[in-house]
Amino acid sequence: MTATPSFYHQSAPPGLTGIKAWLLTHDHKRLGLMYLGAVFFWFVLAMILGLLLRTELMSQGRTIMGSGMYNSMFTLHGVIMIFLFVIPAIPAIFGNFFLPIQLGTDDVFFPRLNLFSWYLFMFGGLFAIISLFAGDGFPDTGWTFYVPFSVQNSKNVGLTVTAAFILGMSSMLTGLNFVTTFHRMRDKRMGLMQIPLFTWSLYATAWVQILATPVISITFVLVVLERFLSIGLFDPAKGGDPILYQHLFWMYSHPAVYIMILPGMGVISEIIPVFSRKSIFGYKAIVWSSMAIAIAGSLVWAHHMYTSGMSDVSVFVFSLLTFLVAIPSAVKVFSWVATMYKGSIEMTPPLLLALMFIYLFSVGGLTGLVLGAVGTDIHVHDTHFVVSHFHFVMFGGTGFAFFAALHYWWPKMFGIMYSFKAAYVGAVLTCVGFLFHYVPMLILGMQGMPRRYYDYLPQYETGNFLAGFGGYVMCLGIVIMFVNLLRSFRQKVPAPADPWGGTTLEWKIPSPPPVHNFIEKPQIMDFPYDFKGVVEQSQQNDR
Amino acid sequence: MTPVQGVDLAFWYILGISMVLLFGITVVMVYFVVKYRRSRNPVPSDIRDNYKLEIIWTVIPTLIALSMFYIGWHSYMGLRTVPKDAMNIEVSAQMFAWIFIYDNDKESENELVVPVNKAIKLNIESVDVLHSFFLPAFRIKVDAVKGMPTYAWFFADKVGEYDIQCTEYCGVNHSAMVAKLKIVSQAEFEAWLATESD
Repeated sequence: MTATPSFYHQSAPPGLTGIKAWLLTHDHKRLGLMYLGAVFFWFVLAMILGLLLRTELMSQGRTIMGSGMYNSMFTLHGVIMIFLFVIPAIPAIFGNFFLPIQLGTDDVFFPRLNLFSWYLFMFGGLFAIISLFAGDGFPDTGWTFYVPFSVQNSKNVGLTVTAAFILGMSSMLTGLNFVTTFHRMRDKRMGLMQIPLFTWSLYATAWVQILATPVISITFVLVVLERFLSIGLFDPAKGGDPILYQHLFWMYSHPAVYIMILPGMGVISEIIPVFSRKSIFGYKAIVWSSMAIAIAGSLVWAHHMYTSGMSDVSVFVFSLLTFLVAIPSAVKVFSWVATMYKGSIEMTPPLLLALMFIYLFSVGGLTGLVLGAVGTDIHVHDTHFVVSHFHFVMFGGTGFAFFAALHYWWPKMFGIMYSFKAAYVGAVLTCVGFLFHYVPMLILGMQGMPRRYYDYLPQYETGNFLAGFGGYVMCLGIVIMFVNLLRSFRQKVPAPADPWGGTTLEWKIPSPPPVHNFIEKPQIMDFPYDFKGVVEQSQQNDR
Repeated sequence: MTPVQGVDLAFWYILGISMVLLFGITVVMVYFVVKYRRSRNPVPSDIRDNYKLEIIWTVIPTLIALSMFYIGWHSYMGLRTVPKDAMNIEVSAQMFAWIFIYDNDKESENELVVPVNKAIKLNIESVDVLHSFFLPAFRIKVDAVKGMPTYAWFFADKVGEYDIQCTEYCGVNHSAMVAKLKIVSQAEFEAWLATESD
């Protein structure tokens, strides 16, 4: 390997040094890492909040906090996890870092806008913090901000939704950058069916970000207008519609679920083939299912509202559409499993995490069927069953995909390896703790324990205690995983350019990559998951 | 089949199929990882797709999903079709209590008393923010919305006490917004109804 300096040693634009090289950078890789820092902070904060919530619930009555504090905490946990972790995590960190590389180019289409998006993200986060202390106590509406509660509420809800508004802008601009980069910056020789699946999933996500986010932004503006001017859009006494808010909110927030999960699916579609040394099974089906999820997922929002009092006709239509959107996700799961058939599988931490993803995401998807069917949803709607279901999807799915992506791309981003042993211990503890944490909640929900409950009826105590116990095991696992990754900075075991035997372009360049990514024009393969070369190479090495 | 049985059947149907699918996916996945590990299978096959298989695993899940949709919808119809002879009770939700109002204007706070062997229709409305009326034992739940009346019904088939909870987050004492359903004999009910409102 020639001694090309990595992007850590060369700034873009050139000539910047020290902290300026980071804060004024146009380099998509540095921005990816800057997002990583910010997202990491928010994740740890919201995880601690979540653990405190479950500690409170471990026994009946007051355990460590009062009900007002509890309500604020679950609101914060939700707002931070959704808007500052799950939505931005994979696209903003790994998308920024790897989308241009996988497309064979040197940066995103609008590098300065990319920097601006990061500032919006930081600014939105700052606003969220200010909103905590600027009013009469912490906001306590839940992350859904349902009216009329959010309009009547005396807390500083206006500022909190403004924070979410700003974060939405950041998300939209990132989406815009990805779509334009995908079309305009892609290596000329790379056809649509030669694009890696991670990039495809980001492309599908980006369209949802661009098209759905404005809806929530406008909705938040309406909430602020209601609070200050009492227009009456949602107030039947003034001719408004009391459940209009819910429609508007979910018109974004359901597609947002796919903003959260699609990139995670993209990560898994990269990891499974690489460690199986075998082409992804059904490449085209996965591409099409990503696009199908993006489109169909935008038409199912009112399945959050079966009990809201909307008409039974709407209930019928939305339930039917919901079942149809389940199909593309099922196709993906089958394709991942089939990819491993007759592969040459090497167990590594990213693969283990990806397998855990498949299991946990399947549970999330299958419990979703209970919620999609109307009769059963009526019983478990707004209970702990729902809480458990979406944590299986958002955390067991996107969260584990995030962990898998961290372990998969860590050597490329930082040029160092981590300890496998500690990574395995962390991953297994996280997964076991996860099941102990969320399976009791599924049962609690079916027994009828509502969500957002500070206290509960005596029959629910055992389940809540078990869930709290599982929560501690899970957090211990996550801490071990993160500490292991952070320790790799001290151990500095250098990583080769291609530690895994990958075929996509990021594995063809040095670890960490040079500032313009490619020293010479990359070779574009006819099919991005052709492992013949990798297999031949490893056979030669064996001889 | 009562509406409760209908919903429970839908639960068993969906959860049963889900368990089988989850078990299948997991077993096959683990089997592949063990069987095709690199030390035993150093040279992978190059299989990229199989249209027949892909069509099968698209079409069959679609049919399963549609059957789940149908059974879910069917059980929901049971929850929405109120018998003609049902007894009407008005329910008024407020921060943080349930008020039940009977035909003779008797009001009862956080205690819903009904006679056994009777269909009960609850006409629900909120006076302030959103609430949701949840009676787990009878699998019913519906939001209480200000300015938009909603309803739910159940058949009081067994004497006993059941929990009612609010399931739409409504503020600081949301989790304390619980009430009791008491199903009593017809005679007891009439005696109770005749007492003064408290």
